[in-house]
Amino acid sequence: MRVAIIQFLGTNCDFDCKYACDCMGIESEFVWHDEGELKNFDCVILPGGFSYGDYLRSGALAKFSSIMNAVKSFAKYGGYVLGICNGFQILTESGLLTGTLLKNTNLKFIHKDVYLKVENSVCGFAQDIEKKVLKMPIAHGEGNYFCSVDQLKYLEDNNMIVLRYSSKDGSVEDEFNLNGSLGNIAGICNEKGNVFGLMPHPERAVGDLGHDGEEIWKSLLK
Amino acid sequence: MVLKSELEARGLKIEEYELLKKKLNREPTDIELDIAGAMWSEHCSYKSSKLHLKKFPTTGKYVVIGPGENAGVVDVGDGFVAAFKMESHNHPSFIEPYQGAATGVGGILRDVFTMGARPVLNLDALFFGHPDYEKTKFLVDGVVRGVGDYGNCVGVPTVGGQTTFDECYNTNNLVNAFTLGIGKKDNIFLGVAKGVGNPVFYVGSKTGRDGIHGATMASSSFDENYEEERPAVQVGDPFTEKLLLEACLELMSRDVIEGIQDMGAAGLTSSSFEMAERGKVGLNLYLDRVPVREKMTPNEIMLSESQERMLIIAKKGKEDEVKKIFDKWSLDAEVIGEVIEDKSIKLFWDNNLVADIDVSLMVDNAPVYNRPTKKPEYIKDIENFDFETLKEPDDYNGVLLKLLSSPDLSSKHLLYEQYDSTVQTNTILKPGSDAAVIRIKETGKGISATTDVNPRYVYINPYKGTRLAFIEAYRNLITVGSKPIAITDCLNFGNPENPEIMWQFAKATDGLADICKDMDVPVVSGNVSFYNETAGSNIYPTPTVGMVGIMNKPLNAPSVSLKNENSFVYLAGVIKDGELGGSMYLKWIFDKVCGKLPSINEELHKNLYMFMNSCVDANIINAAHDVSDGGIAVCLAEMCMASGLGVEVNLLIHERVDFYLFSETQGAVVIETSNARKLEENADKFDIPLLKIGVVKGNSLKINNVVDIEVEKLRKENNRLFEKLFK
Repeated sequence: MRVAIIQFLGTNCDFDCKYACDCMGIESEFVWHDEGELKNFDCVILPGGFSYGDYLRSGALAKFSSIMNAVKSFAKYGGYVLGICNGFQILTESGLLTGTLLKNTNLKFIHKDVYLKVENSVCGFAQDIEKKVLKMPIAHGEGNYFCSVDQLKYLEDNNMIVLRYSSKDGSVEDEFNLNGSLGNIAGICNEKGNVFGLMPHPERAVGDLGHDGEEIWKSLLK
Repeated sequence: MVLKSELEARGLKIEEYELLKKKLNREPTDIELDIAGAMWSEHCSYKSSKLHLKKFPTTGKYVVIGPGENAGVVDVGDGFVAAFKMESHNHPSFIEPYQGAATGVGGILRDVFTMGARPVLNLDALFFGHPDYEKTKFLVDGVVRGVGDYGNCVGVPTVGGQTTFDECYNTNNLVNAFTLGIGKKDNIFLGVAKGVGNPVFYVGSKTGRDGIHGATMASSSFDENYEEERPAVQVGDPFTEKLLLEACLELMSRDVIEGIQDMGAAGLTSSSFEMAERGKVGLNLYLDRVPVREKMTPNEIMLSESQERMLIIAKKGKEDEVKKIFDKWSLDAEVIGEVIEDKSIKLFWDNNLVADIDVSLMVDNAPVYNRPTKKPEYIKDIENFDFETLKEPDDYNGVLLKLLSSPDLSSKHLLYEQYDSTVQTNTILKPGSDAAVIRIKETGKGISATTDVNPRYVYINPYKGTRLAFIEAYRNLITVGSKPIAITDCLNFGNPENPEIMWQFAKATDGLADICKDMDVPVVSGNVSFYNETAGSNIYPTPTVGMVGIMNKPLNAPSVSLKNENSFVYLAGVIKDGELGGSMYLKWIFDKVCGKLPSINEELHKNLYMFMNSCVDANIINAAHDVSDGGIAVCLAEMCMASGLGVEVNLLIHERVDFYLFSETQGAVVIETSNARKLEENADKFDIPLLKIGVVKGNSLKINNVVDIEVEKLRKENNRLFEKLFK
């Protein structure tokens, strides 16, 4: 497994993703945003941060960078793509994932450890861990997942909802939904399950900092 | 004769104008007046504080670079150094809280990464007026968003700090921003110009008219027309800062530059003059080559405080390499001049010389004031308060709950949850701990940091109160198992032209100097903010101490949160009854700011350091929390609230219960352990009084037969205020 970690201007979780890969024994390499190709990689990570400042709308400018064309064709041919936080926002902006991420309902940045219920899904990054509850931090101002009723039905019918904010024992209730996401959605994938976006940070719950994040990274070892 | 109003606009006093005229032997030109106004401002020249700052010890085993550079640098072992500094951004944060606070964070980040250190840790010490004051809610919201948005975007975790509320800050809130960065000992960069013929690079954002006269504004008091100062507040762009940070660090990893300095207060003026002065050289600056956002005059370009800019002296012949790196990061990088032998700054516009100003005239010859001091009238009786005259409460549950819902002791989690405290994956102890702890991945070792001051202590007795600020910071660092090695200070005071304020300043700096010497913890950087005065009303003297420590095993650092049911709770150190002067108990229960301040036992603290250090290294501590604000009752309540677990303790109270429970005694730590035998052995070894006081049990806080409150109830009261403030 060889992982490409994309660096946009303003990305700030690139080194954290590399740290997580190193911890898990996964080979990884940084790829600059102006590259046009992704050669010899098995997986691409779009890390968190504030690409281009996110002044317009999170991810709205990153989608125009030349690497995103490469990411799109990489995904189209079945390559694994993982978007974390700002990476998730870039994936929805690019149309690789359904829906969008709005401002948190309290209009504030929220950084907090949350519990996530792993749903039964087609997601290639979350097989073998269904029904588990994982603890890891969120850190975002725009993580309020939203989509149309039809889109939600599409996600549900095709088992594309991967993570939902929940209690410690996995109960999905309003009170555990800190940012206002539709259906407590914290992460979704595409129809084929090879593109996965999530707002929480699995790279921050690895090694000495926790083990729940490792459950996501482990999928890259298979 | 220059009009008085022209001097006032530049913040120059008539005697300063006379001094300038005398040195020049002629009438100064407009631009010379502008530059003197900026360079001789209190903010840039430290003219009122310089004499007092000389008292501080600034050298020691760990010090690599002391005060005078962009940040202080200490050795943290294995070839690595930590660069850190704390700086105020008070005046701007009152006028425009969001941008004021944001650019405060931006400025301190740049001070640190100009040294060649990657910022890894931010702290913020915030002081607001009473929560009920009309403007407080607006200021809290703006400042917190400003601090958060900037640090979050740049990707530097904000891991700790303090938030204090008092009426004295109603119209002068304080924002003290602290940044620490990690670099290599053999790759430190200084703000120095050298090498005649070397090119001067301007890099980063374009220059605009924002922040002109910012340094001058920060060097005077507010009157009722403070809103008019809004244009003097800069606007921050954290995205550009992130690019600038990465570009500068990339630049520094190659052998292409001689010196680098942030264009902070007084922008291009202070950076060029200070770099030239340190290198004993001069600079030619072609101002028409400066990248600008709008049409500007040479004077405006020299005084603009536009953010996210740096001045760099590159090595001759390396221009293309410098440009290539900045190009990669989409930033402007222009050669705007060169280093010259003649020790003056020569300003050109379209190749015409528009000013030629002697460097040392502006830097070395800046006025230094030995301002008169006078012991304030209020000091005389303020410590003579008989605590026995306070009525002993009959409902201790009620008093404790009231304290926990007071502004200073309220839970700040709704505030710090707006900060990303774990980006960079190094954070071990998060906000809400006695001290922030991060690890250094490369070495496995740790850094601890905290900011502390109780301004009410300092108001009551500036000398002792400042010593108490230091000792609180020291205790916070040793409680998590680290060794304190150096401090940075942010000295926030009122109007220095008022002899009573100057007396506070003189005493406070005496106190800090003395205890730094006693405890062998030197000052390596700092900042002075005077004129925190609005319409004649001054803040309490607020010398914030930012202390940094090192530790071998950061992963062992104990948090305040209780861990295991049935484990034992110990009290290490000593509780002295009735240390209530300036306490939370007096302020928030009786609305009094008075009384004899707590005493400090320095030897006990030194022993506590060795004791805690050995216990944390041996990993026998589950949780630890020092006794400070609000006394042991609040300390125990905080340990319960952090975990949800209860405790049952029996304290040896001989006299009045309130004198014991709320005593802000100096030198006690509450410890939860599962290895009682080893803890007791260590206490013997380091001569620490140790007492088993109880056990972790149930879901209520129970103290003797006087306090019995469910932890959920404690939490509810503790959260009430900030739920309201952030609603």
